[in-house]
Amino acid sequence: MEALITWLDSRLADNSIFTLQTLSYYGEGLVTTVQLVFLSLVLGLVAAVPLAIGRGAKRRWVRLPIFLYCYVFRGTPLLVQLYLIYYGVVFVEGIQETWLWVILEKPFVPALIAFTLNTAAYTTEIFHGAIKATAKGEIEAARAYGMSQRLMMRRIIIPSAFRRALPAYGNEVIFMLHASAIASVVTIMDLTGAARFVYARFYAPFEAFLFVAAIYLCLTFAILYLFRYLEKRLLAHLKPASG
Amino acid sequence: MIDLHGYGPRLLEGALVTIELALLSLVLAIVLGLVTASAKMSRSWLAHRIGTLYTTIIRGVPDLVLMMLMFFGGQIGINQFTDWLYTQFAIDIFINVNEFAAGVITIGLIFGAYMGETFRGAFLAVDSGQIEAGRAYGMNHWLVFRRIRFPQMMRHAIPGLSNNWMVLLKTTALVSVIGLSDMVRIATEASKATREPFTFMIIVAAIYLLIASVSEWGFARLQKRYNVGYTEAD
Amino acid sequence: MADTPIPLEVRNITKRFGDTEVLKGLSLEARKGDVITLIGASGSGKSTFLRCMNLLEQPNEGELIVHGEPIIFKQTRHGREPADWKQVVRIRAKLSMVFQSFNLWAHMTLLENVIEAPVHVLGKPKKEAIEHARALLERVGLAAHADYYPAQMSGGQQQRGAIARALAMDPEVMLFDEPTSALDPELVGDVLKVMRDLAEEGRTMIVVTHEMAFARDVSTQVIYLHQGHVEEAGPPDQVLGNPRSERLKQFLAPKH
Repeated sequence: MEALITWLDSRLADNSIFTLQTLSYYGEGLVTTVQLVFLSLVLGLVAAVPLAIGRGAKRRWVRLPIFLYCYVFRGTPLLVQLYLIYYGVVFVEGIQETWLWVILEKPFVPALIAFTLNTAAYTTEIFHGAIKATAKGEIEAARAYGMSQRLMMRRIIIPSAFRRALPAYGNEVIFMLHASAIASVVTIMDLTGAARFVYARFYAPFEAFLFVAAIYLCLTFAILYLFRYLEKRLLAHLKPASG
Repeated sequence: MIDLHGYGPRLLEGALVTIELALLSLVLAIVLGLVTASAKMSRSWLAHRIGTLYTTIIRGVPDLVLMMLMFFGGQIGINQFTDWLYTQFAIDIFINVNEFAAGVITIGLIFGAYMGETFRGAFLAVDSGQIEAGRAYGMNHWLVFRRIRFPQMMRHAIPGLSNNWMVLLKTTALVSVIGLSDMVRIATEASKATREPFTFMIIVAAIYLLIASVSEWGFARLQKRYNVGYTEAD
Repeated sequence: MADTPIPLEVRNITKRFGDTEVLKGLSLEARKGDVITLIGASGSGKSTFLRCMNLLEQPNEGELIVHGEPIIFKQTRHGREPADWKQVVRIRAKLSMVFQSFNLWAHMTLLENVIEAPVHVLGKPKKEAIEHARALLERVGLAAHADYYPAQMSGGQQQRGAIARALAMDPEVMLFDEPTSALDPELVGDVLKVMRDLAEEGRTMIVVTHEMAFARDVSTQVIYLHQGHVEEAGPPDQVLGNPRSERLKQFLAPKH
C-alpha cells in the first residue's frame, strides 16, 4: 500500500491538477455516489413490488392513487422533486429545533428520499408491465390446478415477472446512476460534486469533467455486464437448448 | 387564489424558455439521430465505428456532466480557438457561449444518441420485402427511402420517439444548474426569496405534467396516422 | 360400486357470451374409468364445455357435482358466480387439465412444474413430490428432461410433461383440451400413446379432440356437439361407426 502511494505520487509529480488530494476527492465522491444510488435502489425496489401488485388491483381506490403517484413522479424532472424535498425540509417552520434536524440537516437524506421516491415510481411501472405480460396460458394453468389468487401471485406471476423485468430494471439502475449526478446541485460531494470542485479550483473543465465522465462510463459498463450476466443466468429458461 | 408574490409573469417566461429549449433540442436530436442511425447501418467501417462510439459514450455518462463539460469546457475551447485564429491569421473575433445555445446543443447531442438507437431499431423492423418491392418497381435509393422506408419506419419509431421526448423534456430542467433562466431556475429563486418552495415547485411540476400530457395525446394521434393499414393487434 | 361417488356429473349447463348462447343445456356423467371424447367442428362449443367443468368459464345455468360434492353458486351483479371460491380451488385440484398450448410455467424446470401444485396446493412434502414426479416423468418418457425448461423442449415433450404435471395431482378426472392440436404431425403419436396408456390403466378422462382414431379406439363414450347441443352420443362403434345424423356423417366424411 505504502509503495503504491509513493508510486502514484511520483507518477503525479509533474501534474498540477491530479494530485493525491484531488484524487481523494474523486474517491470520496465515488463512495457517496455508490451509497446514494445503492440505497435508493434497494429502498425503491422494496417499495415497488407491493406497489406494482396494487397498480393492477381490481379495486379503484387501490389502483388509482398508485397510478397517480407513478404518473407524477415519472412525469416531472427529478431535479424538481429534489428541490421540493430539499427546500421543503429546510423551510419547514421550526424544524431546526427538533431532533429530526440532526438527520435532515445534511442534504444526503433529502436527496435519498427524492431518489427513492423517483426510482420506486419507475420500478413500479416496470414491474406492472412485466406482471401484465404474464402469459395468459400460464395463469390459466395455475387456476386450473387449484391455486388461489395469492398463491398464484407468489409462485407464478411474481417470479416470472421478475425475470422479465430484468433488462428494463438494468436500464433503470443505469438511469439512477446518471440521475444521481444532480445530487451535486444540493451541495452533496458525490462524483459530479467532486468534479465541480476540481473545476472551480483549477478552472480546468476538460480535466475535471472528462475524468469524471470516464469513471461514470466504467460504472455504467460494470452495471451493464452485471445485468447481462444475471440475464444469462436467470433468463436461461427462455432460450432453446443448444443440445 | 395562490399568492405568487409577483413571480407569475417570470414563471411564465421561464415556461416558454423550457418549451423553446425542448423543441429546438428535439429538432437537433432527430437530425442527429437520423444521421447516427444511417452511420451505424452503413457499410463503411469508419462510419459504423464513429456512430457506435458516439452512442456508447453519450449513453454512458450523466447528462449533467456532459452539460457542464460542454458549457464550461465549450467557452475555454472556443477561446483557445479564437486565440489560435488571432495568432495565426490575425483574425480577431470573440464568441461568447450563449447559455441557451449551449443548452440546445448539449441536449440535442445527448438525445441524438438515443434517437439514433430508436431510428436504427425502427429501420431494421421494416420488412426487407417492402424495400425490394420498391427497387423492383424502379425506385432509386432516395425514392425508396422517402416513399417506403421512412413512412414505414416511423410507425415503429413513434413509441421510442415519444419516450425520448418525455425524457428530453425533463432533462431541460438541468439547464437551470448552468444558469439558464428556465422555469425551474425561476421557481428556485422564488422559493428561496419567499421561503415558499412548495407553491413554486408544485406549479412547475404541474406545468411539466401538462406539457407531458399534451404531448402524449399528440403522439397517440401521430401513431394512429402512421398505423393506417395495420390492425390493432399488430 | 354404488357407494363410491361418481367422479364428475354435469347437468344442463348453459353458457352465453353476450347474446350468443354457446352451450344450450349440456349434460354428462363421467364414471370411474370412463374415457369420454367430445368431438365437433370448431365453434361447436366443445372446448367451452370442457372449460366450464373446472370453472375456467362460468356456466350461466346448470349444476356441477364433483365426487359427490355439488358446487354452490350465487347470483351477483355480474351474473352467476361460485359462492365459495375456496370450494372451487379445492375442486379444481381434483380435475387436472391438459391444455392445447401446454401452458407449462416458463420460469420453472420440468420437474419444478410437476411438483409445483402438489407441494403448494395439496401441501405434499417436497421430497415425496419429487419422488413421485420422477416416476411420472419416467412414465411419459422424459426422465432425462427433468431439469429442462419448457422453452428447451419440443412441443411433444412439453405436452407429455404437461400430462405428467396433471398426473401428479392424482386427479379424479383428467380434462384434455385438444392436447395434440398445436403439435407438429410427427410429434402427435408420442402424446397419444401416453394418453392411450392412461386410458388402459383406468383413468377417468374427458378429451376434446380431432383425433378420430383415438376416439374410436380408446373412448367409452363419444359425444358429438353441434352449435352448443349434443347432436349424437353413445359408444364409439355406434356414433362413429354408424352415425345417424346427416351432420355427423358429413363431419366424419374423409376430407381430401
